[in-house]
Amino acid sequence: MIPLAWLILWTPFFSAVGIFFFLLHRPQAAGWIATAAMAFSFFFSLLLLFRAGIPREAVESSVQWVALPALKIEFGILLNGLTLLMLLIVTGVGSLIFLYSQGYMHRDPGYSRYFASLSLFAFSMLGIVLANNLVELFAFWELVGLSSYLLIGHWFEKPEAADAGKKAFLTTRVGDVGFLLGILLLFGWLQAGGEGTFNFLVIQDLVKGIHQAGNGGAVSLLTAAGILIFLGVAGKSAQFPLHVWLPDAMEGPTPVSALIHAATMVAAGVFLLARLFFLFSASPFVLGLIATIGVLTAFFAATLALVQTDIKRILAYSTISQLGFMVAGLGLGNPQAGMFHLATHAFFKALLFLGAGSVIHTLHTQDIRQMSGLLKKMPVTGGTFFVGTLALVGIFPLSGFWSKEEILATAQQTSPIAFLLLLATAFLTAVYMGRLFAIVFLGEAPKKAVHDPGWEMNSPLVILALFSILAGFLPLKEFVPIEHEGSGPFWVTLLGLAVGTVGFVLSLYLYLLNPALVDSLSENLKGPRRILERKYYVDDFYNALIRHVQDGFAHLCDLFERVVVVEWGVNGTARLVRFTGHLLRQLQTGRIQFYALIVSLGVTLLTYGWVLWNR
Amino acid sequence: MPYTPYFVLSAILFAIGLTGLFIRRNLLLMLLAIELLLNSANLSFIAASARWGELTGQVFAFFGMTIAAAEVTVGLALAILLFRNVDSVDTKHIEMLKG
Repeated sequence: MIPLAWLILWTPFFSAVGIFFFLLHRPQAAGWIATAAMAFSFFFSLLLLFRAGIPREAVESSVQWVALPALKIEFGILLNGLTLLMLLIVTGVGSLIFLYSQGYMHRDPGYSRYFASLSLFAFSMLGIVLANNLVELFAFWELVGLSSYLLIGHWFEKPEAADAGKKAFLTTRVGDVGFLLGILLLFGWLQAGGEGTFNFLVIQDLVKGIHQAGNGGAVSLLTAAGILIFLGVAGKSAQFPLHVWLPDAMEGPTPVSALIHAATMVAAGVFLLARLFFLFSASPFVLGLIATIGVLTAFFAATLALVQTDIKRILAYSTISQLGFMVAGLGLGNPQAGMFHLATHAFFKALLFLGAGSVIHTLHTQDIRQMSGLLKKMPVTGGTFFVGTLALVGIFPLSGFWSKEEILATAQQTSPIAFLLLLATAFLTAVYMGRLFAIVFLGEAPKKAVHDPGWEMNSPLVILALFSILAGFLPLKEFVPIEHEGSGPFWVTLLGLAVGTVGFVLSLYLYLLNPALVDSLSENLKGPRRILERKYYVDDFYNALIRHVQDGFAHLCDLFERVVVVEWGVNGTARLVRFTGHLLRQLQTGRIQFYALIVSLGVTLLTYGWVLWNR
Repeated sequence: MPYTPYFVLSAILFAIGLTGLFIRRNLLLMLLAIELLLNSANLSFIAASARWGELTGQVFAFFGMTIAAAEVTVGLALAILLFRNVDSVDTKHIEMLKG
């Protein structure tokens, strides 16, 4: 088992390195090698599943990475159900998206670079999934951020794309500072307790012991560490208030949005929550905070998706909202439901993004106001997109229905407010997806010749659509141990289903049959609409913060530099030297007699001094 | 035997030499003044040697003469070179090092 897991990790790495060094000018080979490497990883993951089944016990393997007297860091892999589930998702969805990319990025000047970065991303993501300690995980976490930056800025000659890459990198960095501090705090505390370690399993045992001992001080420290680590999660998984980068990240190529900014990387935060669930669950406050942030993010991102006009941004806000769902599921104490939703979401959101990619690829626009009636012209894309939409809305028996229902049931049992907000979110999800589908795929068909793209773009859509339908019946939940007993009452299921259906139908009715009503509504609700279009002023707030606080401080530094360092320090020294020189120059008369006089006077004075001294 | 007059004479010669050095602008005369300075020193050395019965002073006087000879050689050579370059041996024409 262990060698297989190592192979899964390193295959994409060798593909990335190989492409960077040898295949930059052979795009065809680069694309196929990257895809094949990913497919191999997927094959190995499947092999792992069939050889070992769903692992009940965690299996570990590691080598010493850093060995100092007080600091030992391993580089290793930790294989349990959670790992295997993520491996299958990342490599499975990844392979399909690699294949799709070959069609989408066809004739792109940066084709090889794209596949190298994508392989690097796959390697880093698998590293996060397989890491057996916090430091290793953090290293891969940053590598994922790097590859995300590279891929968002793939078309770097476009200023928006370059800016979006920087924004994504810097925003997640804010969270990662917290994450790093959290790791160090935890390590420092364990070190003080006599056992400094980063290893997940060891920490898990230690935390469990502390929890049973009921040590108050330890719990408050775990709370602090939990909050700090959650900051990293919020950055990576685009939770409020660090969500601002994800919509902008849509400047990257669409398959990247599908793989990184919908299916896998943004789910890394949720995965980390599940991986460290023992840590978070040691402190009820942290769990409450996580649940609150998750629910709020889910709701407010769903409202934002209502007014967007860019097809990818609608899906991006939907992703934020669904990530909020997952985070809420974990925060409410049910990692199984959260991870289940992560898995199903990976399928249908990747499907939706790839569908959107096909549309963009064909029409060369992302504005939904310029699209309509594409279902007739692009049956494969439209049909699979419809499946993805239904899955996201949560229609029985598609995959989204099962996972969303689990989270709703958990919320119903733990917190009525969370339940209501999540229900409202489910309704809004149905509304904005109905709007998207109605505008883009239904209505009047376009005049110009439009058709489905080639097989390498269609087949991933079909496969993902199949999984979006069937994933609810796969034993995905088995991979994550149960932390939460019992299921919700039947009416919760019915209510969730009803809310989704009503929202979807209502929105289809509004946007297809009665668009006048929509217009009058948006006329009458100008105020709220404006708030939504300004994205709740979060970006404006950050801009103001940067302008007033950071720029003010920068101005102060600039002033200090110009006045104290340059004017006083550098120019001041020069002026002092010049002034002294000016004074001393008066002595250089150039007359021999004067020099002789000075010498004589000097000798006389010295002699007098010597005589007086010796008297 | 009184030695004081020798020392007084030496001091007077030294003062004349120094004054000549300060007030003369002619390089040759300045060299002359320096000779005077050196010889006043020599006189002092010999007087002191006789006064205390030590030969060291006389040895120093010989050294002084030798140095004076060398100094004159170099000094005159410089003066000639200067004259070739600026057609004058007046020090007011050599103020090129004025700051």
